[in-house]
Amino acid sequence: MANAIKVRSKIEGDVALIRLLISHPMETGLRKDTEGQLVPAHFIELLTITYQDRTVLSAQWGPAVSRNPYLAFRFKGAQKGEKLRITWVDNKGESQTDEAVLE
Amino acid sequence: MHCVNSKLVCTLLLIGWFGSAMAGEDATVDAERLQDALRRSFSGATPEEWKTRVEQDRNQTLCSRYRNAPPPDIAAAISAEALSSVRYPESNKLLGDWKKGEQLAMISGGGQVSRIVPDPAGTRRGGNCFACHALSVKEVAAGNLGPVLTGFGKARGTSTETVRYTYEKIYNAQAYFACSFMPRFGHNGWLTPDQIADLVAFLLDPQSPVNR
Amino acid sequence: MTSFASMWPRLLLALLLPCLWCIVARADDAQDARTREEINKYREMLQEGNPAELSEARGEELWTTRAGPRNATLEQCDLGLGPGKLEGAYARLPRYFADTREVQDVESRLVTCMVELQGLTREQATRGWYQANSDMEGLVTYIAGKSRGASIETPQVHPAERDMNALGNALFFRRSGPLDFSCATCHSQPDRRIRLQEVRDLLLPEDARIVLTQWPAYRVSQGQVWTMERRLMDCMRQMRWPEPGYLSEALIALQVFLQKQAAGGVMQAPGIKR
Repeated sequence: MANAIKVRSKIEGDVALIRLLISHPMETGLRKDTEGQLVPAHFIELLTITYQDRTVLSAQWGPAVSRNPYLAFRFKGAQKGEKLRITWVDNKGESQTDEAVLE
Repeated sequence: MHCVNSKLVCTLLLIGWFGSAMAGEDATVDAERLQDALRRSFSGATPEEWKTRVEQDRNQTLCSRYRNAPPPDIAAAISAEALSSVRYPESNKLLGDWKKGEQLAMISGGGQVSRIVPDPAGTRRGGNCFACHALSVKEVAAGNLGPVLTGFGKARGTSTETVRYTYEKIYNAQAYFACSFMPRFGHNGWLTPDQIADLVAFLLDPQSPVNR
Repeated sequence: MTSFASMWPRLLLALLLPCLWCIVARADDAQDARTREEINKYREMLQEGNPAELSEARGEELWTTRAGPRNATLEQCDLGLGPGKLEGAYARLPRYFADTREVQDVESRLVTCMVELQGLTREQATRGWYQANSDMEGLVTYIAGKSRGASIETPQVHPAERDMNALGNALFFRRSGPLDFSCATCHSQPDRRIRLQEVRDLLLPEDARIVLTQWPAYRVSQGQVWTMERRLMDCMRQMRWPEPGYLSEALIALQVFLQKQAAGGVMQAPGIKR
């Protein structure tokens, strides 16, 4: 459970408000550590969220997004009990996928 | 902050004084108990760190005991001792270079010891004046722990007395206000007499951003 | 000797000018108030996406995960309200514990539990405690979150509890070091700030409550949650004091004192700070 994605969902009518908290260092590559060495860039480049095989959000992120990013968005056609699939890929090629059940 | 409404100030002072008196109402701790706790809590400190950062000199002992509000006779003794402790630059030039003073005023770090977050090697010390004082008009990020010093030189001029007073105040603020919160920059060796002279210029020189 | 008639306009001016000055200055104060309001709105927005929740989730898992030579979870840990009773426990710490005969805060109590229940050594339990994503960070955040809505109410019954309060009080006012700082230097007057960072008057109950109900907190500048001990240690670093030992008496005594100042405050931790 080293890299968690915390999801909160709220459905009103057929619109879901989704709030995500993603654990990721989001290093810009410009920061120096205490020894004066540059910390290598390590950030999410692509975030894709699908619902019933439909892409409801696709985001191209970069070093401007801060550590442990928070994202909130709404989409239509949501139903309680259905699943949301969240995938991120970062600049190192690392990736994580998580599923959340809509409430 | 700019409006000295005396009623408000009086009320705040009363609350502050009463509040701090209330805080002191609980049982006091005896000196040995305090020393034991300090020894155990700072057992990781080097002898040098213990001596210069934990042990108290007479002034610190008194100001701590009286919670920075010493009775008049003790306050007078503190101020007298502080004034007599002031050392002036060898050149006797108390008004230095305001540009250097401005640089010194902006430096906030230095002198910090920590295993978790050590100060990088070569960290310089300065006055960190903006932490507590409003100074140059264009520097908005100024604290308010101390009085506003914007226009300090403009209001006072650069007579010999003013220059000397300003120098002494920075060297050892307690020369004029016993148990002042302001660090005794010169007395404690934090800044050199020449550096203090540069800060005096930063405050008094008509060309300094403090006065323009 | 001038007559009153000729003095009259000058007298009026002398009376009116301070009032005019006050009006102008009040306008400045109004600007300050508007700025504070905007900053508070921004802070409220930040609360929604507080990464501390990630630490909370981690802590919850650690609480129920078997570890150490005894292969035990922390679920039987007594934080003052009985073994495993977490709701409201943080709001009642620090307090005296009969089994250790010490006044303990949440961090030192967790170490006791890791040692007694899980069989870890003290060294293992405290190793890297201050690093991002440490076990201690997760556990403290989780336990603090379990006190959301609870009122800070630390006991001052046992003589040791009262003694620690007096010690914390004395330490709060103790000036030392090359800058002659004590906690009181920055935290004993209302409406103060260092540069633009407000520093609360911890001697005023309502200010103390605002502070103590928000720690532990996620610090955006560090990208991690800081426990109260971590925060106090950093204060002392800036005060140019030496670094106190982790779980040392000074840190616990100060917390006893501060929690007592904040009595009645409703816990909202984990908070989020710059």
